[in-house]
Amino acid sequence: MQEIFNIFIKSIFVDNMVFAYFLGMCSYLAVSKTVDTSVGLGAAVIFVLGITVPVDYLLNEYILKPGALVWLDPSFVDADLSFLSFILFIAIIASMVQLVEMIVEKFSPTLYSSLGIFLPLIAVNCAILGGSLFMQEREYQSLAQATSFGLGSGVGWFLAIVGIAAIREKIRYSNVPPALRGLGITFIITGLMGIAFMSFLGIKL
Amino acid sequence: MSKETKEREPLFSPKNIKLLTGPINVTNPITVQVLGICSALAVTAKLMPAIVMSISVLVVMAVSNVVISFLRNGVPPRIRIIVQLVVIATMVILVDQILKAFVYDVSKQLSVFVGLIITNCIIMGRLEAFAMSNKPWPAFLDGIGNALGYGVILIVVAFFRELLGSGTLLDMQVIPQGLYDFGYVNNGFMILPPMALITVGVIIWIQRYYTRELIEDN
Repeated sequence: MQEIFNIFIKSIFVDNMVFAYFLGMCSYLAVSKTVDTSVGLGAAVIFVLGITVPVDYLLNEYILKPGALVWLDPSFVDADLSFLSFILFIAIIASMVQLVEMIVEKFSPTLYSSLGIFLPLIAVNCAILGGSLFMQEREYQSLAQATSFGLGSGVGWFLAIVGIAAIREKIRYSNVPPALRGLGITFIITGLMGIAFMSFLGIKL
Repeated sequence: MSKETKEREPLFSPKNIKLLTGPINVTNPITVQVLGICSALAVTAKLMPAIVMSISVLVVMAVSNVVISFLRNGVPPRIRIIVQLVVIATMVILVDQILKAFVYDVSKQLSVFVGLIITNCIIMGRLEAFAMSNKPWPAFLDGIGNALGYGVILIVVAFFRELLGSGTLLDMQVIPQGLYDFGYVNNGFMILPPMALITVGVIIWIQRYYTRELIEDN
């Protein structure tokens, strides 16, 4: 139990998707103009990461890993399908996003209208595929660990985008050098926020 | 077949040259279109992975642009994203396997970022914006041009980060030992992830200072 909680905290702060690995930067920079929209996108990312990472974990564990097909027949012990992981992961992500979109539309029209356009955008957000690939690389031991890693990464991304959106709303009133306005200053602020997040590196979990 | 009476454009007409050179400055994918930032920042701590990454993106982009451009009339618009992803993913798997076979160390350093070329928005973005509505040859040039623009930024950032952070270039010592004897110290900060962002920020600053029309309003 403690292990699972550690992974959760670690993936929020220490291994933050945005500040430590720069994943999902494209939508992070493009959608962070106001706090409202970034809350919507952040929530959608938590949601999708929380679903796709466990699903891809099962896929990896029972189909892709070297020797994973043993449950089907003992003669498959040498089968290694891991070279297929990119294409299968991205297919799972694209279809999960589509499925999540349909389910949310059916059961919670209010949530759907607030997430609306962001859900389809998420299929090509590299934080999502990155989550699955890191899950594969770090070899988590159980489904619960993979789920907590997925959710934690999502929460970390959410915090990052809401933080930068709040700063960008305020910085509009500042006198930034003309050539640095917009994109340039956003990069530099993100860098500074990354330095702040690095202070979590010392935490041993 | 369409009418062949139309005069054929020379292979390197001014318009085509512009496709190739534009992305290096005024429509640079990283600093102007804001595409493909994720991988650009993560692989730039050293020069070698940055160069390998640029070449991988160049290959994936040129080929997938051409393939999609050939397929553009046969693909129904509703499923185009899936088709694009499949083409890109196939190319990326090929590149990944080649890297693993020939430059295993670099492939380890790049870790998940080769896989992430699939969702690198620079490729999806150019496929959507350009290859879906243009002939194969201009699409090929557009792919090469954008990948070059991407590569230039990657290599500049990696150059400064490796030079200032470890005093080496391509793992060869370039800062003379004498300087260290005088008390020069490598700036270890440059290796850390946040400095990649700040370096790109400074590049954008310099670029926009000289190219005034790119300046944003707020």
